[in-house]
Formats: sequence, C-alpha cells, structure tokens
Amino acid sequence: MSGRTRFVVRRLLLTVPTLLAMSVFVFLIIRLVPGDPVRTMLGFRATDANVAATRAELGLDRPLLRQYLSFLGGLLHGDLGTDFVSKAPLRDLLAQRLPVTLELTLLAMGLAIVVGVPLGVLAATGSRWVRRLTDGFVVAGVSVPDFWLGIMLVLLFSGTLAVLPPSGYVPITDDPVGNLRYLTLPVLTLAVAETAYILRTTRGAMEATMGQPFVTYLRAKGLSHRRIVYRHALKNAAIPVVTVIGIQFGLLLGGAIVIETLFALPGIGRLLVTAINQRNYPVVQAGVLVVAGLFIAVSLVTDLVVGLIDSRVADGSGS
Amino acid sequence: MTGAVILGVLLLVALLAPLIAPHDPEAVDARRILSGPDSSHLFGSDALGRDVLSRVMYALRISLLVATSSVLLATVVAVPLGAVAGYVGGLVDSLISRPLDMLLVLPALLLAITLIAIVGPGSTVAALAIALIYLPILARVMRGSTLGVAHLGYVEGAGARGAGHLRVLAGHVVPNAIGPVLVQVSILAGFALQIEAALSFLGLGTQPPTPSLGLMLSDGRDVLVQAPWVEVYPGLTLALAVLGFVLVGDGLRARFDPSGVLR
Amino acid sequence: MTGPVLTVQDLRVSFATPQGLVSAVDGVSLSVGAGEIVGLVGESGCGKSTLANALLGLLPSGAQVSGTALLDGGQLLGLEEGRLGRLRGDRISMVFQDPATSLDPTFSVGEQVAETIRAHRRVSRRDARAQAVRLLSEVGIPDAARRYGDAPHRFSGGMRQRIVIAAALANQPAVLIADEPTTALDVTIQAQILSLIAGLCRDQGTAVLLITHDLGVVAQICDQVGVMYAGQLVEEAPVHRLFADPQHPYTRALLGALPTGDTMPGGLTVIPGQVPDLSGPLPGCRFLDRCPQARDECPTRPEPVTVGETRVACWDVSARLVPERAPS
Repeated sequence: MSGRTRFVVRRLLLTVPTLLAMSVFVFLIIRLVPGDPVRTMLGFRATDANVAATRAELGLDRPLLRQYLSFLGGLLHGDLGTDFVSKAPLRDLLAQRLPVTLELTLLAMGLAIVVGVPLGVLAATGSRWVRRLTDGFVVAGVSVPDFWLGIMLVLLFSGTLAVLPPSGYVPITDDPVGNLRYLTLPVLTLAVAETAYILRTTRGAMEATMGQPFVTYLRAKGLSHRRIVYRHALKNAAIPVVTVIGIQFGLLLGGAIVIETLFALPGIGRLLVTAINQRNYPVVQAGVLVVAGLFIAVSLVTDLVVGLIDSRVADGSGS
Repeated sequence: MTGAVILGVLLLVALLAPLIAPHDPEAVDARRILSGPDSSHLFGSDALGRDVLSRVMYALRISLLVATSSVLLATVVAVPLGAVAGYVGGLVDSLISRPLDMLLVLPALLLAITLIAIVGPGSTVAALAIALIYLPILARVMRGSTLGVAHLGYVEGAGARGAGHLRVLAGHVVPNAIGPVLVQVSILAGFALQIEAALSFLGLGTQPPTPSLGLMLSDGRDVLVQAPWVEVYPGLTLALAVLGFVLVGDGLRARFDPSGVLR
Repeated sequence: MTGPVLTVQDLRVSFATPQGLVSAVDGVSLSVGAGEIVGLVGESGCGKSTLANALLGLLPSGAQVSGTALLDGGQLLGLEEGRLGRLRGDRISMVFQDPATSLDPTFSVGEQVAETIRAHRRVSRRDARAQAVRLLSEVGIPDAARRYGDAPHRFSGGMRQRIVIAAALANQPAVLIADEPTTALDVTIQAQILSLIAGLCRDQGTAVLLITHDLGVVAQICDQVGVMYAGQLVEEAPVHRLFADPQHPYTRALLGALPTGDTMPGGLTVIPGQVPDLSGPLPGCRFLDRCPQARDECPTRPEPVTVGETRVACWDVSARLVPERAPS
C-alpha cells in the first residue's frame, strides 16, 4: 500500500472515533437537561401519568448505557429518532432540510474562496495601497456582525433597489433561477466575513512562503516571477489556507443558523432554533448530530486535501 | 493603538451609561414614535418612541459585560489547565486535552445554542456557553505556548535552584507563556460580543426587558424600511466594539507573536 | 585557449543599514576559465556570499553594486530582472548551502529538475522528464526513473544536494557558483559531493566559483583560490602555491590556524582581534588592526603585486619585493 493510500485510510479511520465521541457528547448533553426534560417538553399542564407515559415512550426510563446503545444502533441504521410532536421520522425531516443548509454554506464558502484567495495573493505581492485596502476590508469584514450585514443588504437590495427578495426559498430542482435569487443575499452575507478570513490567511501564508529559502533558489534557476508565485508559492501557501477553510467551516455553519433564521430559509439551522424554542428535544438532538457530522465531514475533506498537496503530511513525517 | 482608543471610549460609555445617557432607555414617548435622528435624539427613536442612543448605551453595557466576563472566565480556567498540560505532559496532558478537544468537535455557535437548549435562555447562560466554547481554544494556546517555554534555560534553571514545580509554573512559565493567550483573548472577546449578539438576536440570549444589542437588531427589522436608524445604529455600535477588540488583538499580536504562529 | 568565461572587475557591494553604510565587498577582481575551479575562501561575513549573490542579481533591493562582471563577454551586473532571469539557470547557475531548504517541499524532485530545463529550452514535457531522469542518474541518484516522482523530504541531505546540482547543471551553464555546497553535509558525504561537482564541471567545461570557509574543501578540488578578508581579496594563487608559500599575513595566519598531523598542543595560531565592523570607517587594508606586519603605508589600499604565480595585496610583501628592483 503506498504512503498516500495509507494516509487516506488512516485519516478515514480517525473519523470513526471522532464521530463516536461526538455522538456520545450530543447524547449526553440532551440528557443533562436540569429538571425533567419530559415535563419541560410537555408543558406545565402535563399530568404525572402523561409524563411517565411519554418517558417510557421515549425510552428515557431505561438505564443510560442501554439508551445510548439503542441510540447508536438507530444512528447506524440512519434512524435519527422521531419528531415528538408529529411522530414523523426525523430522518425525512432532516433530509429535506439538509440540502438547503448545504447549498447555503457551500456557495458561501465557494464565493469566499474565489474572491478571498486571489485578493490574498494580490495583497501579499502587490503594491502598498492594495495591502492597505485589503487590510481595511479584512478588519471590517471580521468585525461587522453578519446578521446585521444581512439586514443592511436587505434594506439596500430588497428595500431601496427592490431587485432581490428579502426572504423565502425555492428548491433548485424546481426553479434554478428563483433558487439562486432567493439565496443571493444570504450567500453574500455569509461570504463577507468568510472572505475576510480567507484573504487574511492567504496573504499571511503567501508572505511567509515567499520569504522561504527555496524561493530564492527558484529565482536562481531563472523561473519567472509569475511561475514562482502561482505555481510554487501558492501551492505551499495552500496548505495553511485549506486547513483554515476546514476550521472556518464551523464558523460558517454557526452563521448559517442565524442567517437561515433571518432569511426564512428552510434549513437545519432554522429548524434548530425553532425546535429549541419549542423544547422539541428529539429534533434538537437530530439537528445537532447532522450539523456536527457535516463539520466532521468537511474537516476530513480538508485534511485529505492537505495530505494530497503536501506529501510530508501524508508520509507522517512533518508539518 | 486605534483599537485601544476605540475600546476605551466604548467601555467608558458603557460604564457611565447611567450617568451620561441623554434619556431613560425605557421611557416610552408616543409623540416620538419612529422619528428620525435629531439634536435631542442623536440616533432617533424606535417603535415605542424610546431613544435609540440611550438604549444602545445600556445595551452595550450588557453585551460588553457578557462578552468580557465569558472570556475572562474561560481564561481563568484555561490558563492553569493549559499550563499544567504543557508543563507536565504525558498522561496528565492527555487527561486534560482529550476532553477539551471533545468540545471542539461542535462548531461554536452550535455548541452555544445546544447548551441554551438544555438550560434555557438568558445572558448568564450565554456567558457560560461562550466561556465553554473558548475554554478549549485558550487552553490549547496556553499549552502550546507552555511547551515552547517550559524547557528554556531560565525555567529549568529555576527548577535546578530548588524551586518547587508550582513556583516554577506560576512564577516563570505562566508569565512568559501567556503572551499568545492574551492575543487570543482580545480577539475572542470581540467574537464573544458577536456570539452574544447572535444569541440575543435569535431570542436565546439576553431576554427582554434587559436591553441588548442583538435584541435591538432583531426588533429593528420590523421597522426597517420606515425607520432604518433603529437597525443601523445598534449594528454600527456593535461593529465598532468588535473592531476595537480586533485591532487591540492585532496590536498585541505584533508585540507578542510577530511570527504569526497562531491563527 | 579562449579567455576566461567569468571576469569580475573591481566589484563593490554596499548596503544601507541603520548602523550606516556597510561595504560588504570592496573592489574584488577575479576570473574563472572554462573547466576551471576557482575557490573563494574566507571567514563568515567576509563578503564571499554577497559577491556570489551579486553576480546572480539576488541581493536585496537596498544593495548598491558597482564594478563589472562579464559572463562570456556579456555584462552581468545591472541587468533588469527579465534578462537576468533568462541567464539564471541557463548560462549561470548557483548551488546553495542548505539542501534541506533549497527544494520546494511540495513538488517532486524530478519535476524541479525538469522545470529548470523547460524554463530555458523549448522541449516537450516528456523530453524534459527524460532529460531530468538522465541528469538525476548522472549525479548519482540510484533508480532515478522511479525516484523522479518522490518528494524532497524522502531523500537524505547529500542526495538532495545532488538533485540541486543536477538542476543547476541541467542546461549546461557556462558558470556554476557553489556557495558552501558541502557545509551542511556530513564530512563523509562532503568529499563525494565535491568530486561530483569537479567531475561534472570539468567534463562539461563549466567554470566553477566555489565559495567556502573550509580550506580542506579548497585543497580537494580547486585549481585556483582567492582569499577574502572583510570584503577585500587579499591573495590569489594556484592551490598548491597558496598552501606551500602563502604570502599575505592573513593567509599565513589562516594556514597556521589549521591543525595538521604534527601540530603540537598550543601550537595553533590564533589571530588576535576581531573582524572589523564594516559599517564604520575602515583603513585601506582592512587587515591592518590585526596584522603583525603592519606598516605606515597600510592605511592606504595596497596595490596588488605578483609574486611568482600569486597575486597579493599587501604593502609588506610589496616592500620586500622592491629592493630586488631598486638599482643598487
């Protein structure tokens, strides 16, 4: 088995304990509700009999370990539990909502990369005023609260200019153009802060790379400046940038929760907020599981990409 | 040091709000419903005729309080944990680091809202949740920094002179390793502000009637087109406060960690 | 025999620093012929690396360079970046000290040799690859075809330096500058690398400027050697002459400082004093303050004189020559 394959397998295997740990964590947290979660769910008018019945129904009267095992078993079968209110399987509900959140976050991250990386390279290699400008943008982008920015964008584009809808959603399979129109403002909103981070990281990584000795060597070989920057420096700089993208995706997921609420997008984020307000714990549990799972998946992908770029990581011998 | 100036001004405003606020933030004035900014109400008035500027000042107090207390709490717990983990290493390190790494599995805001889901909304919960989010990050930074410092000559020298481990740790290791942590603390304080605002915006953080910037931003949406100032000014204030923290953090980084070892 | 391939005339390099203007290279002249290996030896900080970097145009932007350097008759200094880029790696190449940091860690070694070829020659990727494999084999990388795609970190320091040499010689440059090519390597590998350089360059007729602080290296492969001190070239001679009959007081002290098989304990020469601060005012002969043979003329720059096959810049040496020429 080649070193690369071994690395991929190793990294994939590492995901298993992480997912397991995460499931334990989510499982425990939901059950740590102070007081009686069942009573909280049912409301203060619930009778003791109701509470006992619901508790049995939800399997909350069994020992903790058995609960966890059946929970885990269910997960492995793709069973995320049932909605407490509607009794519908949560798997369907989440499957319905996941694409929305995915589309929102992936588009936002994609936009941020497409804008942030070139600007970051420019900031690292360009003139002083380019650097000043991007500095300003980075600081502003990081400081401005994303939901406020979203609201301001709504004010501008839906209010004054009236070219984009302020909320709502249409699945891409039904109406691609409409789908994109509805997602434009949410994606833009999320992308701004993300672009700032990616820009800053790219610039820092490029500057660090350009200062390395091997760059002098590349110059001594007579390679053109363009080749050195775009072929060599960028590839080396990509390593920390990709790593940061993985970490930043967590931020993006958190932001998605707020943005979905703001723009009334039927994604998992908004589902979570509603469920929390309703004390609908099974939904909260399922939602958190899916989002956390998504985060772990993205981390996996970015780690694999880094391993592909930098064989030192793949061989386990450096970085 | 622009950041320090900005922060200083805002902190002062927040602290002195009861003294310098032009109006009672709760004072309802039917005559001034949704009026624009003028000389007596610099930020205009909201849907109940309340002065936005005064409300912003009071809300800033709460937001800053939650943000700074949460980060402080995280720091107070993270520094000893990280220092011990880095200094002692081995099994102790694993015992400390593994559970903390567990907390990093969930994205920040997700962890916060999950906790609030369990315990219920409120600014105290929000502060604790934020502290919990930042605890592993700060502990990890402290641990890394300690690893870099623990085997430097003067530290080992202190040990050789017979100083007990605790003394070495507290007297030599921590003061020298704490630089990067301070950088991170400043930046995280800014983000704590944002998280607190996001939580309040979602109705999961500071609860009414306590004023909070997030809540104001949420309410402002209802009157967005007719009275944009209700939404604009609280947001600008929040952005400014975060900006202050970020700039201070960048400044600190230039002093303590110019090589950019940290994120 | 054709003239020298590389001719350096009165090269001066200075930098503006917070402490003042630093004169790192002060009027150095030398030349290297095809297939000849000229060593440039001196302590750290004597300006030898600065000189090398000046020739390739790799100095930082604040550097001021004057003098001439001719490569095959063409001017080398003061060229704009584009033209310089075409020369580098093609007509004049450089090998650096630390093989661990010379290669891009994210590209395969073969790729890095091939790209040097493709940067200067119109060849297909396949041909460049074939050439690169051949070159890797020539420099002693075993199983070159298979190891073409390996990343640098999978090779030892010595191997990496061979790869660097392969890339440097890929386009058969007229001049190779090797800046401390073996300093970062194990002693046992050093000899191998030096022979490799010597062998390849003599075969291809490449002129080599070998920069080192180690007289042992000089002894192994150099034909001619120049001694530098504090930015000045103080002596230049064929290798065997330098070791047999050093003229300049500094050279003598250097050689006296070398332990030999029969050095008695306490018998190593120590040169008193320190290398002068290059930012301050300096006497014409910069060795003045440490020289046991200092004379009244020494604050003035010594005129180089020839003693047998040696060129040396020293008033004391000149003085001992003069009586032979004075009419009695």
